Amino acid sequence: MRYFVLAFVLLVFVVVSIAGCRGGLSRRPPVELFADMDRQPKLRPQAVNRFFGNGLSSRLPVPGTIARGAPYQDLPLNTGREPGTTNFVTLLPVPLTSGLLARGQERYAIHCAMCHGAAGDGKGLLAKYQMVGMANFHDQRLVAMPDGEIFNTITHGKNLMGAYGATINPQDRWAIIAYLRALQRAHLATVDDVPEPARAGLNK
Amino acid sequence: MSDVFPKWTNRLPMLLLVGLVMAGTAVVAGVWYYFTPKYTRVGYQPIQPVAFSHALHVGQLGMDCRYCHSAVEESWYSNVPSASSCMNCHNQVLKDSPKLDLVRQSAATGEPIPWVQVHKVPDYVYFNHAVHVRRGISCVECHGPIHQMDEVYHAQPLSMAFCLDCHRDPASRIRPVDKVTDLEWTWNSDPAIAADLQRVNGEKFVHDWNVQSLQNCSACHR
Repeated sequence: MRYFVLAFVLLVFVVVSIAGCRGGLSRRPPVELFADMDRQPKLRPQAVNRFFGNGLSSRLPVPGTIARGAPYQDLPLNTGREPGTTNFVTLLPVPLTSGLLARGQERYAIHCAMCHGAAGDGKGLLAKYQMVGMANFHDQRLVAMPDGEIFNTITHGKNLMGAYGATINPQDRWAIIAYLRALQRAHLATVDDVPEPARAGLNK
Repeated sequence: MSDVFPKWTNRLPMLLLVGLVMAGTAVVAGVWYYFTPKYTRVGYQPIQPVAFSHALHVGQLGMDCRYCHSAVEESWYSNVPSASSCMNCHNQVLKDSPKLDLVRQSAATGEPIPWVQVHKVPDYVYFNHAVHVRRGISCVECHGPIHQMDEVYHAQPLSMAFCLDCHRDPASRIRPVDKVTDLEWTWNSDPAIAADLQRVNGEKFVHDWNVQSLQNCSACHR
């Protein structure tokens, strides 16, 4: 009996010291008990799939085709240009609503503020990290720039700025432009724009 | 006759019984403790091809999750960004660093970076990111404190019990939609007040947003 208990305690000790506790960090991939059900031979996005020669399960579009739902029409909404010309549209081709502005504010904070700054002055956080040349939206050149040209810059990038056409959909790009205009308007505001009762609270 | 079985054999049935009970207990305890994603999955921390730090980019710099995982609100799948997203900043920041060789190479050739996927539900589970993040379930609920991780590890078991805990009581986790990617956000700095506010507001959100407490099989398995 004594030997049995000793062997038992030893076994438990060995198992626990090899297997460790829950939550310990490990470089080894998780053990899957029913691997054939857990990992089925089906297409998964952004995973390796040997069915294709280059192993990419996420395929690039075939040249000359358009994905379902992807914008393709020659409309100001999709291109920022007057249909059939290369002229940029001057104003938003979408209705300006408070919802659009709120959406624009949110998207601006996600995608733009890191470089261009929350106030749009080109002094975002990355200015501290060797980034240069971020546009200041309060420059006269950008205040006067047609909405369509800003749309074009977001879509395709410009100079050192990368293209955001793949990550921000057209509707959101217009929302960002609407918010950008609000930032510019706020910057150009004078004390006369502030309602009389609120002026006393201003920090001069 | 008395010499056939020695005297100690009188205790044999008792010894066998005690031994079996001990062995049985040990096996049950071992299976209970180890044969669960709480052990098999939690803590998985693979070595990634590029030493990308979420702690630096999100925790310190304050980037939003959606700058890189840009389709998470529209897609069932939370995309890993293409190298061109990295190059939006890294064409200037650390532009010659050898740590980013693979990123530059990927951006130039289109050959993807072989990131190792950490969080993987089984293929028979159809989890939808968009529906969760657009109804106020934060990234942190399933992925843990990503914004503090230099190297991402598997923080939650993502087992069926884990999903059901929340599906049986969505009001306990749901939060304002604009706080979903703010991983440090709480209702209040005092945990007791925060819990009360969570209950009151959680129930309100569940009602207002028509959040269903889905527990039928086909909610996740098809």
